Amino acid sequence: MNRALALAALALTVVAGVGAVAEKRSGYLDAGPQTRAMQDDDTANPAFLWVQRGETMWGERPAGADGRSCQDCHGDAAQAMRGVAARQPAWDAATARLMNLEQRIDRCREERQGQPRLPPESEGRLALAAFVGLQSRGLPMSVAVDGPAAAGHAWGKALFETRFGQLDLSCADCHDRQAGQRLAGNVIPQGHPNGYPIYRLEWQGMGSLSRRLRNCMTGIRAEPFAPGSPDALALELYLAGRARGLAVETPAVRP
Amino acid sequence: MARALLNVPKRIRRGDVFEVKVLISHPMESGQRRDDRGAVIPRDIIHQFSCTYGDELVLRCELFPAISANPFLSFHVRARDSGTLVFAWKDDQGASHSETLAITVE
Ligand code: HEC
Ligand code: HEC
Repeated sequence: MNRALALAALALTVVAGVGAVAEKRSGYLDAGPQTRAMQDDDTANPAFLWVQRGETMWGERPAGADGRSCQDCHGDAAQAMRGVAARQPAWDAATARLMNLEQRIDRCREERQGQPRLPPESEGRLALAAFVGLQSRGLPMSVAVDGPAAAGHAWGKALFETRFGQLDLSCADCHDRQAGQRLAGNVIPQGHPNGYPIYRLEWQGMGSLSRRLRNCMTGIRAEPFAPGSPDALALELYLAGRARGLAVETPAVRP
Repeated sequence: MARALLNVPKRIRRGDVFEVKVLISHPMESGQRRDDRGAVIPRDIIHQFSCTYGDELVLRCELFPAISANPFLSFHVRARDSGTLVFAWKDDQGASHSETLAITVE
């Protein structure tokens, strides 16, 4: 689809329709009825294969005498992790930077369990993020964009509105101004991050928000931000702030 | 990740026709795709699936390419007695898998 996206994006700059500022609308509503049906039924949503793996990992003790599982420290995930994903990314005082959910899980694994870091987009990292994210399903996105997060948020907004790449398009060109229009047969959603990690039909698998953003950036032939970099985190924070009030759908299904 | 998600209704009464839903973790590689170097990626799909209920075979099917990864199957079974559903499948790599699910019929 990337090639199609890039070509169609060219056409889009010519069309240049002026979209009115719309109400917040989850990408769920722009997906087809079959895709929505998969998301609506946990027994038909393939993301639950990962969720189940994440649930097992939550209770697994790392080898070693004092190895503690996530469960040993945090207790029941339904209580301990409720609302956590709805607040990410958030400012981390200890390291004085923004951190997203996956990075918080990485930190617990590395520093508190003495385990190797799970590679980005690996089954285990997606499984834990999906399982932790699920505990916030239905809660409103409620990230903090003020206080120490304000500077990152402002930077994320600037990035969202900056034109990048050979096609010279910004995120806002598509997701603010052309949302609801079509691009190569796909409806352009408003671009909300409320369902991640997602099961994406095009990927035939699960992927993180970073992977989704990499797709949008390579689609406009821009160099994607390195996952976990300050630019990527600022953009993720701006997206989360822009989606405030939408219900968390993790793990969502998208076309 | 989990190998399969197996689901039946929470309450099943004798004589009821109930739905069985099976979601299997599998790449379902069609054999039509090529990798970055142009080499054909060998076909690897689940080509046979069956379900037995007690000692009765209730479903057997052959599967073909053009089914998405992590296939979802659903079918209906009439409840007789409490017992075990055994699901078995085979793929092109020669791997055979089976999973069981105990059901209680009221
Ligand atoms: C040895 C105890 C310990 C273990 C084991 C542990 N954690 Fe943590 N975790 C903590 C503490 C303490 C914090 C809060 C401090 C912080 O966020 O800096 C925390 C914070 C978190 C947060 C952020 C919570 C928030 O409100 O922002 C997440 C998510 C998390 N842990 C997930 C996990 C997962 C998943 C595992 C297993 C892979 C795990 N943790 C294992 C102690 C632990
Ligand atoms: C050329 C238009 C275009 C540009 C520019 C673009 N996107 Fe997208 N974006 C899309 C389309 C189309 C989709 C949906 C694709 C699909 O569902 O198949 C999408 C999907 C998304 C989603 C997923 C929404 C969901 O419901 O899961 C997010 C988040 C997103 N984009 C963010 C961004 C960000 C951030 C940028 C700037 C770096 C950006 N996009 C640039 C067209 C664009």
